[in-house]
Amino acid sequence: MDPVGAAPLLCTPFRTSSVGPSMKPAAFDYHAPATLDQALDLLRNHGEEARILAGGQSLVPTMAFRMARPSVLVDINRISALAYTKAEGNSLRIGALARHAWFETPVAAGPVGALLAQVAHSIAHAPIRQRGTFCGSLAHADPASEWCATVLALGGTLLLAGPDGRREIAAADWFQGVFTTAIEPGEMLAEVRLPLLDPGWRCGFAEFSRRAGDFALTMAVVAIRIEDGGMREVRIALGGIGGRPELASRAAALLIGQPPSAAIAREAAACAAADCDPQDDIHAPADYRRDLVRSMVRRALTQAFAA
Amino acid sequence: MNWVGRSLRRFEDPALLRGEGRFTADTTSGALVVRFLRSPIANGRIVSLRPPAEMPPGAVFVSATEMAGTATIKPMLHRFAYRAVEQPVLPGDRVHFVGQAIAAIAAATAELAEDLVEAIEVEYEVEPAVVGLDAALLPDAAPVHGAAPGNVAVEGVLRSPDCETVFAAAPHVVELAILSRRQNATPMEARAGCAQYDRATGRIRLTASVQMPHMLRTGIAELLGMAESDLQVVAPDVGGGFGQKMALFPEYAVLVWLARRHRGAFAWIEDRNENLIASAHSRDQRHVLRGAFDADGTLLGLEAEILANVGAFSAYPTTCGVEPLMAFAEYPGPYKVQAYSARARGVLTHTCPMAPYRGVSRPVITFGLERLMDQAAKAIGIDPVAIRRRNLVDSFPYQTATGLTLDDASYVETLDDAVALLDIPAFRARQAAARTEGRFIGLGLAVFNERTGYGTPAFAARGMGIVPGYEVVDIAMTPGGEIELRIGASPHGQGLRTTLAQIVADRLGVSPDVIRVIHGDTDRTPYGWGSFASRATVISGGACRTAADKLAVRLRAAAATVLQAKAEEITLRDGQAVAASGSSVALAALAKQVHQRSDLFDDFNLAETAAYDPGGTFSNACHAAIVEVDAETGLVRIERYLVVEDAGRIINPLIADGQVRGGVAQGIANALFEEIVYAEDGNILTGTLADYTPPTCAEIPTIEIHHRETISPATLTGAKGLGEGGSIGAPAAIANAISDALAPFGIEITEIPATPPRIRALIRAAEAAR
Ligand SMILES: Cc1cc2nc3c(=O)[nH]c(=O)nc-3n(C[C@H](O)[C@H](O)[C@H](O)COP(=O)(O)OP(=O)(O)OC[C@H]3O[C@@H](n4cnc5c(N)ncnc54)[C@H](O)[C@@H]3O)c2cc1C
Repeated sequence: MDPVGAAPLLCTPFRTSSVGPSMKPAAFDYHAPATLDQALDLLRNHGEEARILAGGQSLVPTMAFRMARPSVLVDINRISALAYTKAEGNSLRIGALARHAWFETPVAAGPVGALLAQVAHSIAHAPIRQRGTFCGSLAHADPASEWCATVLALGGTLLLAGPDGRREIAAADWFQGVFTTAIEPGEMLAEVRLPLLDPGWRCGFAEFSRRAGDFALTMAVVAIRIEDGGMREVRIALGGIGGRPELASRAAALLIGQPPSAAIAREAAACAAADCDPQDDIHAPADYRRDLVRSMVRRALTQAFAA
Repeated sequence: MNWVGRSLRRFEDPALLRGEGRFTADTTSGALVVRFLRSPIANGRIVSLRPPAEMPPGAVFVSATEMAGTATIKPMLHRFAYRAVEQPVLPGDRVHFVGQAIAAIAAATAELAEDLVEAIEVEYEVEPAVVGLDAALLPDAAPVHGAAPGNVAVEGVLRSPDCETVFAAAPHVVELAILSRRQNATPMEARAGCAQYDRATGRIRLTASVQMPHMLRTGIAELLGMAESDLQVVAPDVGGGFGQKMALFPEYAVLVWLARRHRGAFAWIEDRNENLIASAHSRDQRHVLRGAFDADGTLLGLEAEILANVGAFSAYPTTCGVEPLMAFAEYPGPYKVQAYSARARGVLTHTCPMAPYRGVSRPVITFGLERLMDQAAKAIGIDPVAIRRRNLVDSFPYQTATGLTLDDASYVETLDDAVALLDIPAFRARQAAARTEGRFIGLGLAVFNERTGYGTPAFAARGMGIVPGYEVVDIAMTPGGEIELRIGASPHGQGLRTTLAQIVADRLGVSPDVIRVIHGDTDRTPYGWGSFASRATVISGGACRTAADKLAVRLRAAAATVLQAKAEEITLRDGQAVAASGSSVALAALAKQVHQRSDLFDDFNLAETAAYDPGGTFSNACHAAIVEVDAETGLVRIERYLVVEDAGRIINPLIADGQVRGGVAQGIANALFEEIVYAEDGNILTGTLADYTPPTCAEIPTIEIHHRETISPATLTGAKGLGEGGSIGAPAAIANAISDALAPFGIEITEIPATPPRIRALIRAAEAAR
């Protein structure tokens, strides 16, 4: 009920607001190239001063806190040639402007498309997923990034474009530590390639976060190939444990040759928990993260077994 | 037509839902942007402080030097061994907590102001900080303030003479130590202020996101030594307060000082980081509680040792006594216990100051008392429902051990209602079945009462230097026949425009939509204390009712002239004054005549004033939670949350339920999610909403609300306050439910928030002990 009984306003009255939500970052120059080559030129010309702006979902908040102070931003959002995912032969190619939200419905048939869809829903909140990019997550290399653990689990390849042309790097060699990767000055992550596993593979994913949309405290991504009732290939990637995603290799090895069972899942989970060396922070002491590794690995395996 | 009791949609909402509310940040057009330099250290000396080497024209720097002559913020208590701690508006020589404002820059844009704050030249000499209760209470702890050696700023002691003998003779003594971690009220709109100088009058208008505009005006005028009437404080739409926005914050005094000195407009819109680290914190308390019980579960005696970490300063006007002293006075809650001893201390530390937050100490004492009840039930071997029923006050009025009078309430009845709704036998069967599958579900109860709507006597009993309490309402009928209510209370989301209109509509026989409630403006409203302590509907509502009745007398007298009838025979209904004969006149027509043809009437005045200052009443409720605990991860999922609430007469059920629901959400936050964390050196580690983690709607379950209406003789409208109740019951109900779920491990929850890591640590320890 409108206390004044006046007719409802049909338009928003003019409002002025000068202080409200405001610019807080330190000053920077802004470029929005239309092609990859222009972007690479800008990166070369401005050297270490320049930062790529993709979805902005990690970079912009850190700039607002002035923890990141790039003096030049190279916004790649207008390079429409980078906005793709393509299933080609045995691999899925993911361009630098593919947004998280695109993966919410499977971008490819088979276990990988299904896994990516499951994982995508666990990344942040819907509005963030509309802008944040798959490649941006890989470049940012947050230890608790779902895509990072997923790419490691699937054994993906990263394609870098730089001043000296292009190069490829395996996921296992990409992650170096918290927010640090094998990227070289002037380079851009142009594409990520994932093997499109055949239907003999089964995947599972489990993560724990306190609130919907939070970065996970711990996650596990597993991919298993089962043949003749036994596990032939197993990959278990963990995220959120230390500075970078890691493979639980001993736990994976323990499963080889075994038929899926609740008992073997528990055993492998305990092994992964024993092997990991988790970090301590205000959200989770190390012992707690170890508990979560045990739980998440068991759950991801159970899911894969049931797939 | 009865308007009271109807779920009228809130008058406030259309504008808010259309995005057309007016908040402080919407009023800053043309103002310079103010940003504060905040201390990065918890304790130390400011060795030097200089403005940026290069100041662009038009930019302004202000620090203690520029503001020389400004008084300090020094609220008083005249009891409880209170040590008067002084807070400088901007400190000249020492800083006392991380986040304390040291200096400010005003500049044309926010980014420029941020740049200039970074360029301020400041040097500190860091000294060790006293951060936690233990450190502050060490015999050789350095005092946070010279005025409070030993760091105890306030101390209440009560020894009931028979307590010792009662405990010595009791068949069961149950002891419990509880810990409530520090919280921030996290209003959706953080603090904000815009001070504007008016060249025509020389006055300043401060528009600010506050709960007590009149008090703020008095406080700032005193600090700056200005005439109070030269300052107008306006609280426009306020995006939540929860107590955080009661305090007189230094930032507002700086804004007014800037506007006066530089004859311009200065605006500060706080960001979330500042709000989390530097506004006000709450509920950082530790209690040791002992209960003496008879063999049948009768509570014979209660002892409480209460410690509250109150931070570095004392909030104005409530003082740092507000938390410890409330716990002290109200610990026995709804239970019959006369042997009560307590000691409560407010302890100073180098942390952000404490201010009241929805429920103040009651979420903590209810957590303590209701955990005690469950543990006692277990120790004695009786049912948790039975032990409560045995001890709840069931005849009224009841005089508590601390001298409070409990008015008519439904402690036992709300418990019984909840028990019936829960179907506990069916739950126990389900619980047993779940346990065989390795699943852990639990049920927890919390019964509590909540002192609400209290006026001057209650605050005076605390010995407050500034005694809040009364509310004044001015009512007038315009020549057009609308009714204007000018209130001293200052709503910030509670829907008071609607609720008060409903109360007045019934008294005057008009529709609520001809009633305008004018609030939050010191130029346009009578002096009043604002909205806090679940008081506005009771106190301002009571004053509105009286004011309306007084206006009704005038309207009937005027109608008597027009209708040629006796005033006593005239009734007001449906917007008409109706005589016994059936002849009538529309109130709008009557109002026009009275104003414009006063020659026809004995009196031309259609305005009245009324005040109300009640002694207080007690609302009550029983909350119940059913939770499932994931033993592997420690995650708690709330399966069902139930509230049986009694706040007397419910003026607007829709608004009442909204208040309960919002309160429960904050209580769940308290129970499971939110915690301000300091490092040992006094640095604060939870400066963003990624680290300080309020639940989202995904974590808050559907909240089932049932009402009882015990009409209180203690208030004019029969209504009791209910703004805080939701937050009070949830920590206890949830902690009890988790403890019940984890009973196979022998786990008792004694620390909130009960986060997954804490729950896992308890399970791990229990498993190791096996
Ligand atoms: C509230 C919130 C919650 C979130 N929760 C999660 C979560 O649960 N899980 C999760 O994984 N993420 C989460 N995020 C982060 C989000 O997924 C980001 O989108 C992602 O980390 C970065 O992608 P972006 O495209 O936004 O990159 P940007 O923020 O634009 O950039 C991040 C960094 O990567 C660099 N960069 C970006 N693209 C490239 C490229 N192609 N080549 C080289 N360098 C590049 C930038 O220069 C910058 O240093 C959350 C973010 C927010 C704000």
